[in-house]
Amino acid sequence: MAKEHAADATMRSPLGRVRGFGSAHGGTHHWLLQRLTSVALLPLTLWFALSAASLAGAPYEVTRAWIAHPFNAVLLLAAIALAFHHTAAGMQVIIEDYANREWAKVAGIYGIRAICWLLAIASALAVLRIAV
Amino acid sequence: MATFTLPKNSTVQPGKTFKAEPGAKNVKSFRIYRFDPDSGQNPHTDTYEIDLDKCGPMVLDALIKIKNEVDSTLTFRRSCREGICGSCSMNIDGLNTLACLKPIEDVKGDVKISPLPHMPVVKDLVPDLSQLYAQLRSVEPWLKSDTPPPPDGERRQSKEERAKLDGLWECILCFCCSTACPSYWWNGDRYLGPAVLLQAYRWIADSRDEATGSRLDALQDPFRLYRCHTIMNCTRTCPKGLNPAEAIGKIKQMMVERDS
Repeated sequence: MAKEHAADATMRSPLGRVRGFGSAHGGTHHWLLQRLTSVALLPLTLWFALSAASLAGAPYEVTRAWIAHPFNAVLLLAAIALAFHHTAAGMQVIIEDYANREWAKVAGIYGIRAICWLLAIASALAVLRIAV
Repeated sequence: MATFTLPKNSTVQPGKTFKAEPGAKNVKSFRIYRFDPDSGQNPHTDTYEIDLDKCGPMVLDALIKIKNEVDSTLTFRRSCREGICGSCSMNIDGLNTLACLKPIEDVKGDVKISPLPHMPVVKDLVPDLSQLYAQLRSVEPWLKSDTPPPPDGERRQSKEERAKLDGLWECILCFCCSTACPSYWWNGDRYLGPAVLLQAYRWIADSRDEATGSRLDALQDPFRLYRCHTIMNCTRTCPKGLNPAEAIGKIKQMMVERDS
């Protein structure tokens, strides 16, 4: 057996290793929200892409007025919240899958979360400054 | 743990070739992974040329012929030779399957055989499955009921309730699915994998079992259950035609149901 295999580094029984710290009793909320946000983002992204395309070449004032319209501002804020939530949730899964060291995993997950939070707040502020 | 290259002492070297006997007309080459932990050497691939006119139809027949007539050091597990014991699971022609159910003629070109992927190798085609057996035990795959059975007979179940176990009880625990799952490769120390989750669902779905809640409790974990990303390798590779991915999907569905 390969010596570098983790199982060889310990004399703990396989069952003890498998039981580990026990169940985290979590993950369902994360899993469900990841799916719900992706479903919600389908129409929102389509709406945003079509709107952005129709605004291509429009003057600055017209674009500002479009963002300031309450209907558009609400949907933009919703899209920002959902998109960054979805990004953070998806990146968390990728990090959990591939990060080999515990500290890298924790640092990665919370780092991504912090970045997404800040970007979401900045994006929301940009919309609000025009809309309010 | 996600590793994308083999460690130096695991890279596979070329090995020996055992020629077919002279006069053989219907020759097929079997390229088989060999590893002997006592030799201290890297694994290598030996090639065995087999006369199919003097060999049974399945890959297992060829392996037994090699062991009996060509090279008795070749090591592999087998027992029932009819797809019910799950012993001879291995990777044949790039797909995890049972050697006893895999017809040689289904493989175009050389038949490449290696042990189930990403498991520690005991010797040649024999992987160390102790982690998988421990994981199976951890889901407590037996009926748990506080209500005593009727004194005059067995616990009763309607035909509909019994039908829910179809597609689950047939699993023979060959672990072709778990060892085909990338999520299990990277996080097998914490993710239970498709075979064990299917077994867990087999008891969750059993109307006679009274421990559904605590079974779901034990599975509700980002790693034990939610490492499944519906890659579907499990269902594609299952030699018994079962659908572990569907069973995992049903567990996830029940998790949402009891949360909302």
